[in-house]
Amino acid sequence: MRDRTLLRVEGLELHYQTRQGAVHAVDGVSFDLHRQEALVVLGESGCGKSSLAKALMRLLPRNVHHTAGRVTLDGVDVTALPDERFRREVQWSRLALVMQASMNALNPVVRVGEQVAEPLRVLRGWPRGKALARAAEVFELVGVSTDFLARYPFELSGGMRQRAVLAMALVAEPALVILDEPTSALDVLTQASIMNALKRVKRELGTSFILITHDVATSSELGDRVALMYAGQLVEVADAERFFTEPAHPYSRMLMASVPRLRQRARPEAIPGEPPSLAAPPGGCRYAERCPYRFARCAQDPPAFRLGERHRARCWLHADDAPAGGGA
Amino acid sequence: MTGGRWRQGWRELRRYPSALLGLAIIAALVALALATPIAIPYGEALAKWRGSEAWQRNPVNAAPLWLDRLTGGDAPHTLVVESASAPVEEHAFAGGRRLRIPLAFDYEAGGFPSELNLFLHAPGHAQPPFARLTWRTPDGRELGLGGYRIGARERIALSQDRALERRLDGLVPHIGLLAEPGSAAAPGAEPRVLPGRYTLRLDVLVFDEAAACDAELVLYGRVHGIAGTDHQRRDLALALMWGTPVALAFGLLAAVGTTVTTLVIAAVGVWYRGWVDATIQRLTEVNMILPILPILVMVGTLYSTSIWLMLGVVVVLGIFSAGIKMYRAMLLPIREAPYIEAARAYGASNARIVLRYLIPRILPVLIPTFVTLIPTFVFLEASLAVLGLGDPLLPTWGKVLNDAQSQSALYNGYYYWVISPAVLLMLTGLGFAMLGFALDRVFNPRLRSL
Amino acid sequence: MTSSPAHGADDQAPLIAARDLHTWFELRQWGFLRVGAVRAVDGVEFALAPGEAVAFVGESGCGKSTLARTLLGLHRPTRGEVRFAGRSLGELQGRALKAYRAEVGYVQQDPYGALPPFLDVRRILAEPLIVHGVRDRAERERRIRAALEEVRLSPAEAFLNQFPHMLSGGQQQRVVIARALILAPRLLIADEPVSMLDASVRVEILELLRHIQRERGLTLAFITHDLSTVRHYAERIFVMYAGRVVESAPVDDLLDHPQHPYTQALLAAIADPDAANATRLREVPAGEPPSLLHPPAACRFHPRCPHFMAGLCDVEDPPDFSPRRDHRSACWLHR
Repeated sequence: MRDRTLLRVEGLELHYQTRQGAVHAVDGVSFDLHRQEALVVLGESGCGKSSLAKALMRLLPRNVHHTAGRVTLDGVDVTALPDERFRREVQWSRLALVMQASMNALNPVVRVGEQVAEPLRVLRGWPRGKALARAAEVFELVGVSTDFLARYPFELSGGMRQRAVLAMALVAEPALVILDEPTSALDVLTQASIMNALKRVKRELGTSFILITHDVATSSELGDRVALMYAGQLVEVADAERFFTEPAHPYSRMLMASVPRLRQRARPEAIPGEPPSLAAPPGGCRYAERCPYRFARCAQDPPAFRLGERHRARCWLHADDAPAGGGA
Repeated sequence: MTGGRWRQGWRELRRYPSALLGLAIIAALVALALATPIAIPYGEALAKWRGSEAWQRNPVNAAPLWLDRLTGGDAPHTLVVESASAPVEEHAFAGGRRLRIPLAFDYEAGGFPSELNLFLHAPGHAQPPFARLTWRTPDGRELGLGGYRIGARERIALSQDRALERRLDGLVPHIGLLAEPGSAAAPGAEPRVLPGRYTLRLDVLVFDEAAACDAELVLYGRVHGIAGTDHQRRDLALALMWGTPVALAFGLLAAVGTTVTTLVIAAVGVWYRGWVDATIQRLTEVNMILPILPILVMVGTLYSTSIWLMLGVVVVLGIFSAGIKMYRAMLLPIREAPYIEAARAYGASNARIVLRYLIPRILPVLIPTFVTLIPTFVFLEASLAVLGLGDPLLPTWGKVLNDAQSQSALYNGYYYWVISPAVLLMLTGLGFAMLGFALDRVFNPRLRSL
Repeated sequence: MTSSPAHGADDQAPLIAARDLHTWFELRQWGFLRVGAVRAVDGVEFALAPGEAVAFVGESGCGKSTLARTLLGLHRPTRGEVRFAGRSLGELQGRALKAYRAEVGYVQQDPYGALPPFLDVRRILAEPLIVHGVRDRAERERRIRAALEEVRLSPAEAFLNQFPHMLSGGQQQRVVIARALILAPRLLIADEPVSMLDASVRVEILELLRHIQRERGLTLAFITHDLSTVRHYAERIFVMYAGRVVESAPVDDLLDHPQHPYTQALLAAIADPDAANATRLREVPAGEPPSLLHPPAACRFHPRCPHFMAGLCDVEDPPDFSPRRDHRSACWLHR
C-alpha cells in the first residue's frame, strides 16, 4: 500500500540577498500534504508565500543567499536531485506550477491547443494527434470549449487563457499542482467559474493542489487544509473546517475578523499595525507587535504547538498543549 | 527636492571603481579646462596660435620632452646665446664704431641641432650696420660665414646657406658646423658631434653714434616642451590645453542643448498627442534620415566654420533626433500613470504636467545617456576639425590632428603630433563612458542584476 | 410597479447628477476612418445627495472607472450631461473648471502609482495647493499637516519627508486620500481604493474613508468590483453591467434582496470564508462579459440570463422598474 503522504516539507528556508541585506522570505516552513488533498497557503503580500512556491519548484532567482530544508515528493527527496533530473523527472510530470500572471505567458504565435499538448510531446514523446486529443479532454475538464484549441492566445479572454494555462499544467497528470494566485487578476464571475473547474479537476483526476492566495474567501473555495503564513513562517496549519470555525492563532482569528463578508452584518475589524520587514524580522514571535494577547513569553520564538491530529499553531498561548516535533 | 534619492545614488555609485576612475579623469579634464583660460587668456591664446614672433625661437616639429626621456634623453634642447651676456669689445673710429661680439657656448648634446638661426637687432640706424661672421670650433678652426648688411630686424638663416653647405662637404650647416672633421668622410658614416666650446664672433661696423646692435644665436633643439611643436614652430601644449575647455564646453552645451530640447519636445508630443505628436514624429523621421555630418560640412564650406555656428547647427539638427523616439517610448507609459491622472483631477495645467510630472520621472534614466552623449559631441567637433572645418580661430584638439594630417605627421615620424590629441580625446571618451555606464547601473534598475 | 426615469434621491437637491450620460471612445483606423465606438458608459442616470455615500459596483470593463473619470471631468461625455451643484460640467471653462476640480477629490486604485515617486510627501500634498494658488508657505504647511493628521498619519513630521516607496501600501493610500482632501472637496470619488491592498489593511482604509465622509459631510462615490466590501461603507449601491446601471437600492436591501438577475448572479458567485465552500460548485452564468464595442441589443445581460424571455429582452431595452420601495432594477421580470 502506498503512503498517504504525497509531499513533506521540512524546515524549508529561502533567503534572498538584496541591497538592504538578507531577506528571510521563507523561514523554517514545515508541512505535509496527503494525496488528493488541497492545501491553501494563505498570507498577505510580502509574507513569502510566492517564494515558498518558487522554492518548491526550484525556480530560484539569482540573488538567493541561502536555502535549507528538505522536500520529499512521493518518498523521493527532490532537494537532493540534480537540476537536470529534477527538470526531466519531476517538473510538469509530477509537479506543475501555474503562476500569477501566467495567462499572459502563453506564446502568442502558437495555437493554444499545441501549447497545451506540448508537455506530453516533450515529456512522453507522444505523437501530435494523440497529444492533441488528450489536450482536448483536459480542455473540457477545465471548462473550455474544444473549439478554442485551434485559436491563438490573443483570441481568448483572460479567463479562457487562465484555463488554458491550467490545462497545460494538468495535461501530463501531475500528482501535485501548485497554483500561485491563479484568479487574483480576474473578475468575480470568472474567478468563481475557475474555482468550479478546479473543484471538478480535483474530484475527477484526484490531483493534489497547493493554492497560494491572499484572499481568505478564495482560500475556502478549494482548501481541505489551510496553512496561514506570516512574515516568512507558517503560523497555523489546520483542516479547513477547523481553521474557518475555530482558528487557534491570534493572527488567524484577527484575519478572519477583518474580512468583509457579504452575508453577515457584523462589521469587519482592522488589524492595527503593519507586518514586519522580512529583511530584519523581530526576534521572538513575529506577530507579537500587532497581537492583543501578547505576554512575556512572546519575546521568544514560539515553536509549533500541536493542537490536534493535524493542527499546529505557532503561538505561546497554546504552550499547554503538547509541543510537536519540528515546525508547524 | 529629491535629495534622498540623489544621495543614495551617489552612495551606490561609489561602489563602482570604474565610475570613480571616470570621475577622476573628468575632474582632471575639468581642472585643466578651468586652469587654462586663467594661465593663457583667450585673446592671447588666439593671437599666439594665429602665428607670431613669439614662436621664432621654437624649433620646427620638435618632439615633446617626455618622448626624449623615453628614448634616452640626449636629444639637444634649444640653445639661445645672447649678446647681452657676451663681453662686447668696442673700438671707435672716425664716423663709427667697430663692435666685436663673441657669442660663445658649450655644446655637449649627443645630437645635432635641428636648425641654426642668427637674429640681429639694430634699431635707430640711418645707415645700416655691417656684420662679418666668424665661426670658431673647439679644436681651433675658424670659418668665415660671410658678411651681412643688417636691417632693423634681421634673421640670418645659417641653415639655409647653400654656399656654406658646399664648403662643409655637403653637410647642412647646423650639422657641418658642429661635426667632428672627417667624421662623415667615409661613405655611409654618420657625422659625429664635436663637443666643446664654440664661438660665433660678430664683427659689426656701426655708423651711427647712438645706435646699438644686439645679436642672438639660436641653435634649435630637437625636443620642446611637454607637447612638442608643429611645422609653424607653435607649441602644441597651447592647443592641447586650450582644446580642453573648448571640447568640454562644446560637448556639454551640445549635449544639454539637444537633450533638453528633445526631451521637452518629446514630452509635449506625448502629452498633447493628436496632430502635435504626429507633426513631431514626422519631423523626427525626416530629420533622422538627414545626414548630419555632410550637412555640417556644407555649412562649414559654404558659410562659416565658427565653432558656435557648428554648435548651433548640431543642436538644431539634434532637436528632432532619434532621441525623441526613445524618450517618447519612455514617456508613453508614464502619461497613463495614475499620478498624472490625479494631477489632472486636481487641476494641474498642461505645462505643469509636462515639466513637473512627466519629465522628472525619466530624468534618472536620462542622466547616464546624457553623460555618454557628451563625448559623442566632443568627437563630432574633432571630426569636423580633422575634415578641415574646425573653428578658424580657436586652437582645438581636432585642429592639431588636422595639421598633423596635412603635414603627413605619421609618414614623417612625428607620432607625438597625433598621439597627444588622440589620447586626450580617448581620455574624454573613456572618462564619460565609464561614469555613464556606472550611472546607468545605478539609475536603471533593470541592469542592476547584470 | 412604476417606472422612474432616474436612479436617485428625489427629495433633496442633488450635489451631482448624471442625465442620459454616454461616454464612448471612438475607434479609428489610420487616424480618420471611424470603425466603431467602445461604449464604456452607455446611458447612465443618477443623482447623489450632499453627504451621501454610494457605491458603484461592477466587474472590470463594465464602465465604472470611465464613469468615475467622466464625473471628474477627465473625459467629455459623448451625450448627456453631468450636473454639479446645479451647473452642467460641459459649460465649465477655464477658472470655473479649475474651481470644480477643487470641489472633487479623487482616490485611485493603485496607491503607489498614484503618487509621483520623485516627490516627498510634503511636496505631493503641496502640489494641489500650489496649483490652486495657495502661495503662503506657512499656510500650506499647516494644511498639509492637518491633512496628514486627518488620515491618521501622525505625527505628521514622521511622514513629511518620506518618499512614496518608503511607505507601506496602506500608508501610501492614506497619502492619496490626504491629497484628495486637501482642497476641501464636496465630492470624493474613490475608484477601487482598497483592491490593491492587503486584507488586513483594507478595512482600515474603508473605515477611514467612511469616517471622513461622515465628519466632513462629503458625498462619497465608492467604485468597486467587490460587493462584499460595500455593506458598511456606503448607503446606496448602483450595480453596473456593460456601461449601464442595472440595479440600485439601499445597501442592505440590495444585498439581502437582489432583484436583477445579474446582481443575483454576482452575489451567488461571491464566497464568504467557509469550509463548506470547497465541496459545492458555485452557480455562474454562462458566457463572458460582453464586448463594449459590440454590446448585445436591448438588455445587455440577456445572452447570459437564466430568465431570458425571447422577443422581449433581446428586442427592447428594459426601463427602470421599482420592484421594492426605493429599489430600482432594469429588468423585464419586474414588469
